[in-house]
Amino acid sequence: MATTHTDSVSQHEPSSPVIGPGYNYGSITDKISVIVLTGTTPLSWFAGFLIAFALLQALQLAVAWTVIFGLGTWGITIPIGWGFAIVNFVWWIGIGHAGTLISAILLLFRQQWRTSINRFAEAMTLFAVSCAGIFPLIHMGRPWFGYWMFPYPSVMGIWPQTRSPLVWDVFAVSTYATVSLLFWYVGLVPDLGTLRDRAKHKLVRLFYGVLALGWRGSAQHWHRYETAYLLLAGLATPLVISVHSVVSFDFATSIIPGWHTTIFPPYFVAGAIFSGFGMVLTLLIPLRKLCKLEDIITMRHVDIMCKVTLATGSIVGYAYAMEFFIAWYSGSPYERFAFINRALGPYWWGYWTMITCNVLVPQLFWFKKVRSNLWIVFIMSILVNVGMWFERFVIIVISLHRDFLPANWAYFKPTWVDICTFIGTFGLFFTMFLLFIRFLPMIAISEVKGVTPQADPHHPLGGAKDGGHH
Amino acid sequence: MNAPVKPYGIIAEFDTPADAMHAAEKVRDAGFRRWDVFTPFPVHGMDRAMGLKNSKVGWFAFIGGVTGYTCGMLMIWYLNAVDYPILVGGKPMFSPYSAFPPSYELTILFGAFGSLGGMLFLNKLPRLHHPLLKHRRFAQATHDKYFIVIETDDPKYSETETRQLLETAGSKHIEMVEE
Repeated sequence: MATTHTDSVSQHEPSSPVIGPGYNYGSITDKISVIVLTGTTPLSWFAGFLIAFALLQALQLAVAWTVIFGLGTWGITIPIGWGFAIVNFVWWIGIGHAGTLISAILLLFRQQWRTSINRFAEAMTLFAVSCAGIFPLIHMGRPWFGYWMFPYPSVMGIWPQTRSPLVWDVFAVSTYATVSLLFWYVGLVPDLGTLRDRAKHKLVRLFYGVLALGWRGSAQHWHRYETAYLLLAGLATPLVISVHSVVSFDFATSIIPGWHTTIFPPYFVAGAIFSGFGMVLTLLIPLRKLCKLEDIITMRHVDIMCKVTLATGSIVGYAYAMEFFIAWYSGSPYERFAFINRALGPYWWGYWTMITCNVLVPQLFWFKKVRSNLWIVFIMSILVNVGMWFERFVIIVISLHRDFLPANWAYFKPTWVDICTFIGTFGLFFTMFLLFIRFLPMIAISEVKGVTPQADPHHPLGGAKDGGHH
Repeated sequence: MNAPVKPYGIIAEFDTPADAMHAAEKVRDAGFRRWDVFTPFPVHGMDRAMGLKNSKVGWFAFIGGVTGYTCGMLMIWYLNAVDYPILVGGKPMFSPYSAFPPSYELTILFGAFGSLGGMLFLNKLPRLHHPLLKHRRFAQATHDKYFIVIETDDPKYSETETRQLLETAGSKHIEMVEE
């Protein structure tokens, strides 16, 4: 009996715990809900919000400028018809992918460490997709006709051309935004109930009460809730893989050298997860410090995320090498030229920034010392996203600027409108993110409770009296 | 003047998930029908302790997914092959391959609506007004306490025996919940 007892304990306590020691679920509720329900907002929040909101105005200005004066204010010309806007679209939507990966795929794999970071990674997904969605819309030139993309019976009698991957993209991205929102909201419902029950002020209670839909924590409800949550995860997993695959079809189904390749779907998905994990680390390292959440988002989380970044970064590096090999092996002179031009052409600095940030820098994550130094991890996580931005720049701009006819060759230069739109989306992202961490629980309270030993009815800390046997 | 209002049910508080689960087994074995356990997070094994059957949410998701895929394929066939056919590069007017990506996305979209809608429908949510939400101690159910509630409408309910059952099941705090 004594041996089985210790067995069941050691089974539940891995060498490095997911949650710091000394927590029971009461203190978890307090710790997380106090960030939302506090009456005094920290000054650092206001400072951050001020900066983010100011940047948001840059976006407003740039979008208004584009709408009033047209796409001629951008740096795009023929042959570079896709410039900053599409680079930024692919970059932002890629960042979103880590959120879905953490929340859905890791749930299916029963990775308990996800519970501390899934809520806020999902929020990151939503906000990144919102930023991404702006770009194709304003790129249309007449964004007020954006609804033409959807199949609705119009008086013009025509329909979207569903053989085009650009139309597939409309379906993929709008489904992705909707399902991400549903998944995030379903996860929030029990925690909104917690906030409702802990709010002191009547209006605050009403606010969270309406959003909580009357959640009571009934075991019968939990039973169906868990099924629905698992199903949503099961649906979101093929979705996240399909979204960036469809984004890559926008390129891969064309005949441009450097785009027309079958490696694109898996290569884009790996790159998306890579950049998304980079962004999660960038956000999480300062946040856990500022909100004093070091016991809930532990060094183990940082360590695992560094390893995922290393793995996906290596896949991306493999894809870069394979692209070069296929370009040579294809025997197509255009294909060969496109790749030599990437590495040695006028945009050589873009290519080598990409290689340095995406392939070389993440290799440092092999070392435990690097993974446990938060400053280095923070800087590297930013470099990952710089590299991934340049990857899209390399794919889009460098492939387009020298096409089949040398007479058409050109050099792309962004205008202030391009740059303002890009920087402005950071304003939108961080404005939404700061509002989220102020008004909603940034950590899934009920899920974190569920992974503590106290929550396990077969564990002595959960009240089991017979050594865990039931 | 006022007729005495029949209470909604009897509520028993527990401190640990194991206590609540053992109590739930006792209530289940006593043959109650209209009762429920309330926990701050899903307790594993509680569905078996309560004798719950597999949930039907999966069917809603499945029907949603099938609807999404069928709608997608039929819609694309109608749009591009029937209502306004445009010949592009000699490609077929309708091909299941090019119609697949949008239909696949619609499968997922409708499947997600199905699972979420099915869950809310079966749980009878949203329901913002409920006798339990008015109960003083019940707010702890989303914090760190476990409750078993047996409704007075249950055919086996009796004021003394049910209270006794919950007491022997280990609850230290039992109250009535008003309607």
